[in-house]
Amino acid sequence: MSAEETPAALASPGGPGDVPELEVRDLHVVYPGRRGRSPARAVDGVNLRIGRGEIVALIGESGCGKSTLARALVGLIRPTGGQVLYQGTPLDYSGRALKRYRRHVQLVLQDPGGALNPKQNVYDAVAEGPRLHRLTEGLPQTVHGSLARAGLRPPEDFVARYPHELSGGQQQRVVIAGALALNPSVLVADEPVASLDASVRGEILRLLLDLRDGLGLSALVVSHDLGLAWNIADRVAVMYLGRVVEQGPVEQVLLRPRHPYTQALLSVLPDARPDWRPTLLAGEPPDPTAVPPGCRFHPRCPRWAAATGERRAAAACDRRELPVLPAVAAATGVAAAAACHLLEPMEPSEPTILENA
Amino acid sequence: MTALDARSETALLPPRFAGTRRFVRAFLHRPSGVAGLAVLAFCTILALVAPLFIGPDQLDVTRVNGPLLAPPSAHYPLGTDQAGRSVLMLLIWGSRESLRVGVIATLLTMVIGTAIGIVAGHYGGIVGRLLMHVTDWFIALPGMPLAISLAAVLGQGETSITVAIAVTSWTATARLVRAQTLAVEARPFVERSRALGAGHTQIMLRQVLPNVMPLILVSSTLTIAGAMLSEATLTFLGLGDPTSVTWGEMLNQAFFGGAFTDDAWWYILPPGLAILIVVLGFTLVGRAVEYVLNPRMEKRP
Amino acid sequence: MNGTALLDVRDLTVTYRGAGGPIPAVRGVGFRLERGDTLGVAGESGSGKSTMALSLLRLAGTSAKVSGQVLFEGEDLLTVRWSRLRAVRWAGASVVFQGAMNALNPVRTVLEQIVEPIVLHERTRVREAARRAADLLESVGIPRRRMRSHPHEFSGGQRQRVMIAMALACDPDLIIADEPTTALDVMVQAQILELLAGLVRDSRVAVIMISHDLSVLAHACDRLAVMYAGRIVELGPARQVIADPRHPYTRALSRAFPTIGDPASRLAPSGLAGDPPRPTELPEGCSFAARCPVVMDACRSRETELWPAGRDRTAACLRVLPDAADAQTAAARSSAAPGPAAAPEQDPDLEGAGAE
Repeated sequence: MSAEETPAALASPGGPGDVPELEVRDLHVVYPGRRGRSPARAVDGVNLRIGRGEIVALIGESGCGKSTLARALVGLIRPTGGQVLYQGTPLDYSGRALKRYRRHVQLVLQDPGGALNPKQNVYDAVAEGPRLHRLTEGLPQTVHGSLARAGLRPPEDFVARYPHELSGGQQQRVVIAGALALNPSVLVADEPVASLDASVRGEILRLLLDLRDGLGLSALVVSHDLGLAWNIADRVAVMYLGRVVEQGPVEQVLLRPRHPYTQALLSVLPDARPDWRPTLLAGEPPDPTAVPPGCRFHPRCPRWAAATGERRAAAACDRRELPVLPAVAAATGVAAAAACHLLEPMEPSEPTILENA
Repeated sequence: MTALDARSETALLPPRFAGTRRFVRAFLHRPSGVAGLAVLAFCTILALVAPLFIGPDQLDVTRVNGPLLAPPSAHYPLGTDQAGRSVLMLLIWGSRESLRVGVIATLLTMVIGTAIGIVAGHYGGIVGRLLMHVTDWFIALPGMPLAISLAAVLGQGETSITVAIAVTSWTATARLVRAQTLAVEARPFVERSRALGAGHTQIMLRQVLPNVMPLILVSSTLTIAGAMLSEATLTFLGLGDPTSVTWGEMLNQAFFGGAFTDDAWWYILPPGLAILIVVLGFTLVGRAVEYVLNPRMEKRP
Repeated sequence: MNGTALLDVRDLTVTYRGAGGPIPAVRGVGFRLERGDTLGVAGESGSGKSTMALSLLRLAGTSAKVSGQVLFEGEDLLTVRWSRLRAVRWAGASVVFQGAMNALNPVRTVLEQIVEPIVLHERTRVREAARRAADLLESVGIPRRRMRSHPHEFSGGQRQRVMIAMALACDPDLIIADEPTTALDVMVQAQILELLAGLVRDSRVAVIMISHDLSVLAHACDRLAVMYAGRIVELGPARQVIADPRHPYTRALSRAFPTIGDPASRLAPSGLAGDPPRPTELPEGCSFAARCPVVMDACRSRETELWPAGRDRTAACLRVLPDAADAQTAAARSSAAPGPAAAPEQDPDLEGAGAE
């Protein structure tokens, strides 16, 4: 897909210009099979763009490949196909270039207690990044500044402490401070609040928003929690078994979902309405070593199950592959997209452009 | 931000060695560890000051003039050996070499074992497998015959015994360290380090090593004990330098000099007891260190 | 209130023996449960909810001192003989443990693990027990051909189903489910909750469900108890408690997980500053005062109890007390509250309006 002219109405938030901060083109990550098992197609063709100052949520259940995708974005995993581009330039996986890349894109992990070296105090944990990159001039100021920006005030109270002396929320702030110390432009957060208490969750999410507003940081937040996307994301991409099945602005995807998987995920969120009827999908997602043919969702798809014989024959969900969704962004002229053979016909008032197979 | 700049940089840094101080404080709360440490300190100090009051007059066989193989008396608290030397003096002098061999052999063991263990655990793949095969090969070799052969090849004396002990002991440490390295590298903070830009050396030295150190410390206190016992065994078997004085050598002289048949218990017991006490000291210290460094302690409020 | 409730907990207190002194994990918890009732217990780390649930069957560990009364069908489980307790455990009340996925014995097949409690409690023959176990597994959705597999061959959701089947093995009257859906995907979670709801409907078994996810409990349970720092701070019908919380902590918890479509939470995550208190550092007065957005002076000195806050509802917050009663009790308590007891301001945002 080449960049096209952007109608202003479809422009996503963030800085001007067509070059996204971070982009992924047709990414594939395949883990080779062991002991006679077939290879695992963890990421099976994904296009994604994160613009400047944009927060994108990547939502999916376990096994969908979202964690693998996050690590590929940070350069921890080498893709078996496709590219990762930072500000338009493909990643160079040679040692030195990769190390330079680390200063721009940083990772925040799920379990903050485990993500901190128990033998390092807070100062050393935050100073680790700058030390690795030999940015040691004014290091104490950098450390204190990062801690303050991550909400640990006053920083002096925290620098001498060890991880086990901190609460979960504080630990996560230290991890974020450690990432900020390198002055990145993109944060990739893998389930940043999943192992934190509910009352602390909001504070950490608010921190991410503040960092976006105050420092212009972009972020990709990987989660299973659609509510998180509603809380902080500008755009959301829903993943299933290695592919993005729907993506677009949060208001679009979460309030007017098109793909049956997105609809099912939204429907099982507990709702206050008394007539709440969740769409329970049968079974569990198959693992990436056994991807169903055709549309990979069809064995569990309620639309496929309810379709008549002729509709099934026409759509051929069990045989016809779906193309990889293009990256959704202002620059591509595509605002929202869903990959499904059985998409309902659009209402005429829908302003967005949708891709149909 | 100006207030921050105005202060000196050192004011912003956390206090140094806070971790070490905590360790020392916690260690001092363990009476068994303190007792062991006291024993070791006593032996070490005694060994260090020995040259001040022990010289050729006490050790040279041609210069002493005490009664031969005499039981303990006022002048000779532990009696004398076949040459008339004071057993007490011999015991104190012997501690120097015994401890030296034990400590140096352990140091070598730890360094070799840790290096191989961490590298094998970190790299995996061909390098790791190769190193582990080498380790397994060494484990399969029977320790004592190997030590004897080495000592025989390298000649009698302190150096060959030290080398022999190190060569046969490093494998246990290597396996232990490798297993711990694998466990540590599976934890998220190593992944975070990689994401921050750390390379292989940095991860091994700054993430893995500090977390493997508690294990190494505990293991080394127990290894010293083993090394000293090995030294005693090897010198007892006659592989040491007959002119040097170590506790094992004393046992050798006692045995082959007929002290057993002469019921000269004052010559046979002290070296064995001395080894026992020093080994006990190391073991107590090791257990206390293990307790203090136990990761479960890290979770306490 | 008819006769004997199935479960009547009175002033349950659990204190652990810690290295630095006693650690109060549960402080005076009380509630009633009838047959077929479902009670949800919500709380975060340090709230004592798991400890409370396990100590109902005296499963809290040997270093725990448990006091109070746990009247199960009239008998106080905290003082019965060991043999009677063993009989009640599993046949009267069973537990679905937290991290159930790892609570299964890895070297035995799932069928064997369900047969075991049946044989133990009902003294049936193994063949008969196996038949019942197979039926049970089928009712929770495990097909017959998988029953002789080992736990590691199942997915997380399936193992959770096995745990539920195990809990049902001896036809208990009460199931205590400790975080039954944590660590499961949302879809699998919905399936498990649906399964539990169906079982409750069919067999009228009472359920105490513990979770940190308020929204999950709102649907699966009739009544909801919110715990904070070892105490219940709000108790009432689940839907009402969520829709109209009377305690500021409940309000904060329910706002933590936003409703999709609610413009108030769009790009506005709401959380509580500070951290849940450690059981060893409990302050005087209301334990929530340090983090409460609507705290008053009196909150820091006055101990809270569950006061009536609506029909069938109670909340442990000074603000639910009507003015008059507050002044009276404040005068009656001579030395409990140092300084003047401030009349709680009638904050219009709080009374009744609840969530924004």
